Amino acid sequence: MKKFTSYAPIAAFFVLAIVLWRGLYLDPTELPSVLIDKPMPTFVMATLEGEPVGNADLPDSIFLLNVWGSYCLPCLVEHPTFMRLSEEGEFPVVGVNYRDRQPLALDWLDLNGDPFAYSILDQDGRFGIDLGVYGAPETFLVDSEGVIRYRHVGVLEENVWREVFLPAIAELRGVPAAPASR
Amino acid sequence: MNPLRYLPCLVLLLAAAPGLAQVDAFTFENDEQQQRFRTLSNEFRCPMCQNANLTGSTGGVAEDLRREIHRMILAGNTDAEIEQFMFERYGDFIFYLPRLRADTVLLWFGPLLFLLLGGYIGWRIYRQASGNQQAATNVGLDPAEQERLRRLLDDD
Repeated sequence: MKKFTSYAPIAAFFVLAIVLWRGLYLDPTELPSVLIDKPMPTFVMATLEGEPVGNADLPDSIFLLNVWGSYCLPCLVEHPTFMRLSEEGEFPVVGVNYRDRQPLALDWLDLNGDPFAYSILDQDGRFGIDLGVYGAPETFLVDSEGVIRYRHVGVLEENVWREVFLPAIAELRGVPAAPASR
Repeated sequence: MNPLRYLPCLVLLLAAAPGLAQVDAFTFENDEQQQRFRTLSNEFRCPMCQNANLTGSTGGVAEDLRREIHRMILAGNTDAEIEQFMFERYGDFIFYLPRLRADTVLLWFGPLLFLLLGGYIGWRIYRQASGNQQAATNVGLDPAEQERLRRLLDDD
């Protein structure tokens, strides 16, 4: 009993230190998506060009759904990644033009290049709510069945693609994930 | 120069402050609906600016969510339905008071657990200390020895 009380403060200190140390490396802005492993929400919308678009028009392969806007500077930073992906053609990229103005969005694509198979026009952010989006840029990884498998919040840089998306895709395909190289 | 001459300016400036608050031009059919809107917007947390509720946030998504709450109230949805709608899209994060579930039990009752633990440790320490004191005063002298001790001490 004597032992317990004399060691308790030191034990408590270490427990607290470990908890707080871990806390230093947590990112509280990283919110888990509730939609992981759930099907894409049902939508009947229009594209940026005014064509009707719905769930049936989604690619039937693994694809990316990128939430973007012409006002969004980080979207410009990740833009080259999507341009490369669209040139390679293995993974189609569907855009969600989120809370933007159509003419500005079209200008942005003219100026910077259009990596999207098409962009779903979500002017009032209603589709964004169904996706649990809280701001551009966000990128969803959707499998060939139309089930959301992963969400990345923020800029999708090449290293994120290599270290997070490629292993996730490999896992979806049933291939053991290759160790990520730095 | 009289500094008081700035007073009217200051008063007017302060009077204008409420005008800076977030105001949406939502109209409701009755006061009860408006009250529900206010309560719900205060209860939900803005996903974008994480330390503000929907009422206090100017973020784009907060604006959209307020509009959605307004729409659902007018459409006759209950508060529970609106809460479920938010939960299905934004998860536990959207609630300032997370729902009570198996994985949120620690969040709800953790503080109580720590209080009980602290109380227990405090009690143990207190009991031990008072035990030592008792042991110190009672060193096992019989009445005759105690009498002799007192006499020895009183000698000085």
